[in-house]
Formats: sequence, structure tokens, C-alpha cells
Amino acid sequence: MAARNVAMREAIRRALREEMHRDENVFVMGEEVAYWQGTHRVTRGFLEEFGERRVRDTPISEMAIGGVAVGAAMAGLRPVAEFMTINFAFLALDAIANHAAKVRYFFDGMFKAPLVYRAASGWGNQATASHSHAPEPIFAHFPGIFVGCPSNSLDAYGMLKASIRDDNPVLFTESIALYPKPSPMPDDLDDDYLIPIGKGDIKREGGDVTLVAYARGVDWALGAARQLARDGVEAEVVDLRWLRPLDMELVYKSFKKTNRCVIVEESLPMYSFGGEIAANLQERMFDYMDAPIKRVAAEDVPLPYSKDIELLALPNAQKVVDAVKEIL
Amino acid sequence: MVYFPTDMDKQIALATEGKAMVPPSKEMLLDWYRQMVLIREFEETCHQLYEEKRITGVYLHLYSGHEASGVGSMAALRVTDHVITAYRDHGIGLILGMDPKALMAEMMGKKTGSSGGKGGSMHLASKDHNFWGGYAIVGGHLPLAAGIALEARYRGKDDVTMTYVGDGATNNGYFHESLNMSAIWDLPVIWIIENNGYGMGTEVERASGQVELHRKAEAYGIKSFGRVDAQNALEVYAVASKAVEYARSNRPAVIEHVTYRYRGHGVSDKQYDARDDMSAELREWIEKREPIKILRDCIESKYGDVGEILAQHQADAQRIVAESVAFAEASEMPSSYEDLLRNTYVASDLVHKTDDSVGAGID
Ligand SMILES: Cc1ncc(C[n+]2csc(CCOP(=O)(O)OP(=O)(O)O)c2C)c(N)n1
Ligand SMILES: [Mg+2]
Repeated sequence: MAARNVAMREAIRRALREEMHRDENVFVMGEEVAYWQGTHRVTRGFLEEFGERRVRDTPISEMAIGGVAVGAAMAGLRPVAEFMTINFAFLALDAIANHAAKVRYFFDGMFKAPLVYRAASGWGNQATASHSHAPEPIFAHFPGIFVGCPSNSLDAYGMLKASIRDDNPVLFTESIALYPKPSPMPDDLDDDYLIPIGKGDIKREGGDVTLVAYARGVDWALGAARQLARDGVEAEVVDLRWLRPLDMELVYKSFKKTNRCVIVEESLPMYSFGGEIAANLQERMFDYMDAPIKRVAAEDVPLPYSKDIELLALPNAQKVVDAVKEIL
Repeated sequence: MVYFPTDMDKQIALATEGKAMVPPSKEMLLDWYRQMVLIREFEETCHQLYEEKRITGVYLHLYSGHEASGVGSMAALRVTDHVITAYRDHGIGLILGMDPKALMAEMMGKKTGSSGGKGGSMHLASKDHNFWGGYAIVGGHLPLAAGIALEARYRGKDDVTMTYVGDGATNNGYFHESLNMSAIWDLPVIWIIENNGYGMGTEVERASGQVELHRKAEAYGIKSFGRVDAQNALEVYAVASKAVEYARSNRPAVIEHVTYRYRGHGVSDKQYDARDDMSAELREWIEKREPIKILRDCIESKYGDVGEILAQHQADAQRIVAESVAFAEASEMPSSYEDLLRNTYVASDLVHKTDDSVGAGID
């Protein structure tokens, strides 16, 4: 099948645009999504194509962005609300955790909130501490909302479509570092190409060690796997894609084969994705475990501005390789 | 480290003579001019250095065009007063007398920077100057301002907190909660709304139901001192003096400064700011409402030819900024794990330090 390299931002734009054509109830709102053409250019051209009714600039009012989406969704629309970056979603944490995630539960099924929060995530480029978070696990803490974090263009396309069509609220994060990154998308891609919510993916097969990752972590895991292969070590890369629901079955399957695991994430190490995966593995896979489970994450520190120490704090492929070598 | 200290003492004397507004002296006006050309030189140099990748990163928000807003209003303060702002903070630091070398070093993420390279352009601060910092989350510094003012109120001091906030930020929840709190607790904050027409690419008219932003004060029972042409340092000073005097007896005040950003929102948004209608608008502001020229005209109309002094200030600014660049470039980058972790916490026995740095960060 013929394929073409597409940047992740283009794949997301295409998915969003097609969903807006498919369903009149889908609309976008957020800071600078309309006239400015989107801070990350995901909604470029949308204002012209869909008009102000469906492409709505908001003031710098994150609490309201988070909550208006809940109300509109409860009332029957399908909002796709954008947080310019996920750092600003902290201001909306109450709307997300206490309202989006709970209106169905506390009225015992009377309402649903079919909304998607999109948020650019991640750190790097000296964005400084308050603008340098990859806090997906914080949002995945709350039952009642799904969390999707794609690692490439095709996944982003299929995951966003599935998120928009699902009747549950979804927080969908987009790694800023991956926006410009091209990856193959088939030419004859079906408009209804959906990646089921909660389904992970094996991005590389191997029998010696399992690398579990999501989003940008997958890049580091794949980079490490290539490096390890030169030394004759075959790593299997599991891309969980969704932090909630979490496809642990896929991890178990791989782990039964490799008996070793390194968990890779962009986020902070304490109370983390790595901790969650490791806890599940030791509970269910104790008999298959040949070595301690290792975690590679950012250093446990707010991210500084200065370039060299910023890089010191970040995970990378080499840190993954080093962790693997410790448990071989 | 005070570089070219502003003559605050003289200003205190003037501003506390019993009248809110004292006519600024010739020395004051010349000093404002000095501050404004220093800011402009510093900012335009930052812009150039960013183009040349000698300053890196994604955020650099310049104060060019805003100079009179900060200079005129802070001239109404005395040294014990407090100042806090958002990320457009270089000019504020310079006005308060921070060392341009330490500021430039911070832009370059050097150890000698005012925040040791940890904060960068958006996080300048100086405890010595009662400058509580620049902050990067829109509206995030506003409750901090109220808290700083609370300390003065709590301890019975009559120091005020001058707080700069963008037009766009007035639509954020932080703004409403902070202003309301300052009203019910009688906190001495002067809320200066720097209305430069845009929050990133969104015009005030598309972001705020109340487009006369100072009138938001009414909703909280706060006195508004109205809208000021903030390209004219003298007007800014006159109104700020009144507001400061008013706030000193434990009351918040609001002023709206109408100004313009010459270099767009920030370095990452150039594409949009290059819009044709925006550059036409910018040209008009530069031609008709250039703050440095307005001040110069004021000075010259009153005191005749001061060209030589002004030229000297201009030359000094160039020299000072060039020296700051040389200093910054010669300075060391933080590069060790110790540099990375330092000051995550105040040193304490309770901070748990493990072998491989997780949970560390003590100094
Ligand atoms: C809570 C939050 N939301 C969004 C942003 C992104 N952002 C940074 S500056 C800015 C515009 C602010 O405009 P304004 O308050 O008018 O200040 P100006 O930049 O014009 O000085 C936006 C939206 C942010 N930093 N914080
Ligand atoms: Mg503004």
C-alpha cells in the first residue's frame, strides 16, 4: 500500500477537519484557534472553512474553556476544546477532574459529556518551568475521563477520530516535539479509520527486553532499540497510546516473552506512569520477572531555562540504553 | 547591584509633599529619558541577539513601545514599595535599577544571570529592588500581588504593590478573584492594566465584554483612575501619583494604560505579527505616539535644547548594553546536576535525598 510521510500536526488537522464535516455538532474552541490560525497551526484554515460559529476564539479563560465544553457536551454538542498548552489546563483542572469526569457518574447516567480536550504537551526548547510539563498521568488519575497520547501521525489521526466519536470525555495530548515530525500515512486511508480507545500497539518486536512508552517516549524507546540492536539486543517497544484505559494485557504479553522491562516517559518520576506500569507488572507477572523493572523519566526537578541543564533533566534514548544495560 | 540608580529619594520627597502630583523636575525628566533609551536599546539588542541565535529558547517578550508605561508609573513609587509583573518584564527590571549585565546574562541562561539562568526572559526578579518577579502563566502573578500587599497591610506598613497586568489577562479568573480580594481586604495594590490592544493575536474587542478595561474595577467596588495615554510618560506619572497616594491608605486602585507592543507578542509569533494591517498600525504608533520622542519633545519645549545630554544618555545606553552582552557571553553556563537541582527546596533535613537524585534538589 502506498504511503506518504505526513507531519503529526497535519494528521491531526485532517482528522479534526473531517470530523467537523461529518458531524455538524463538532466544533472547536480555544485561545487563538480561529484568527491566529492556531498556536500550533493545527486549526489553520478552519475559520475560513467553517466560520465563527464552529471555530471559536476564547479569551484567556481556561476555567471557562474547560467548563463550557462540559456544558455544551451535556446539552448535546460535541466540543473539541483546545488548551494552548497543557500547562494552562492546570487552571481548568477542576472543570476537567470534577465536572467533565464526573457529571455522568454523580447523576447516575442521566448525562454524558462527549467532549475532547486537546492540549499541546511536553517540554524542551527552554520553555522554562511553568511551561514545561508533560503531566498526562495527572489527568489519567481521574476515573471518568479517557486520556490519549499519540506517538505518530497515523495514530494521532485514528485516535483523535475515535475520541471525537466516543460519548465519553477524552483528554487528547499532542507532543509539541512531534508536531513537525513526519511519519507514514497510507494514501487510501479510510475516513472511518479509528483506533479503539484503550488499545496499545507494538511498535517494534524483540525478545530480549520490553520497553513500555507512550507519545514522545516511544521515539526515545525506538532510538534506544536501534542502538541496542547494534549490540545484538532486541528490544520490543510497546506503545500504550492511551493512559486510560491502559492496555496492560499487551504489556503482559510482551513481558512473558522478554522477562525484562524498562518504562520510558517524558513526565516526572514520582507518582508516575512508570510507577503504575511497574506496580501492575509486579502484581501480575511476578513469576516472569528476571530483573528489576527500570524507569526512565525526567529528573525530579522543575525544568530550568538554561540549555545545558535543561537537557540534563530530560530523558533521551541514551538513558534508555543505559537502563536496559543495567538489567541485561 | 544598582546600576545608575534612579533618584528615588528625590521623588519620594516630591511625591509626599502633600500634593499627589508634583511637577516632575528637569532631572527627573532627563532620568526618565535615560531609562527609556536604555530599555529600548536593551530590547532591540535582545531582538537582534535572538535573530542571531545568541539568545535561544521560544519565549522573549519585549517592552519596546511600552517604555513610558513602566517609567512614568514607577516614578511615583518610593524605594520600599513593591513591583510585580508578567513575562514582559525586562523593562520593569531595568527601571527598578537591576544590573543590565545580570539581566542580559539571564537571557542567555548564564550562571551570572539574575536568576542564575534558571528563569530566563520571563522570570526576572530582584529581592534587593522589591521586584517580585515576572511570571509566565497569564494572571498567575495577580494573587501573588495581593499577597505581597497583604504583608504590608498585616504589619501596618504603608508600602504599596504596583502590579502590571495585560489586557488579555483581565479575562482570566485570576484577575477577578485577585481584584475582588484586594477590595474586601483593603489591600494597597495599584492594578495597572497595560492595554496594548492585543493578547497574542486577539484584539481586546474580541476578548472582553467590557472594552474599557479600567471599568472592570467597578464590579469589585475598586476606584478606577481611568484610562491613560501611556505613550506619554508625564500623563502616566500624573495619574500614577494620584493612585499611589490613594492606595497608600490601604485601598486598591485600577489604572488602564493604553500602549502598544512594537515587537509583536513575542519571538515565537512573528509570523502572525507580520500581518499587513498590523504593520500599518504599528507604523502609525511609531510615527505619532513614539514614547521616547514624546518625552523628548516635552523636555525640549520646557527646557530648551538638551540635545547634548540626551545624546549622552543614548550613547551610555549603547555602551551599557554592549557591555552587558560581552559580560553575558563571557559568563559560564550552569551545567552540572548540582546546578540543575539546586533550590528545588530550601535546604532541610526533611528533604529526602536518594542515591540517584530522585527527590533531591537541596542546596
Ligand atoms: C494561563 C495561560 N494561558 C495562556 C497562556 C499563553 N499566553 C501567553 S501570553 C498570552 C497573551 C497575554 O496577553 P496580555 O495579557 O494582553 O499581555 P501582553 O502579552 O499583551 O503583554 C497568552 C495567551 C499563558 N501563558 N497562560
Ligand atoms: Mg496585551
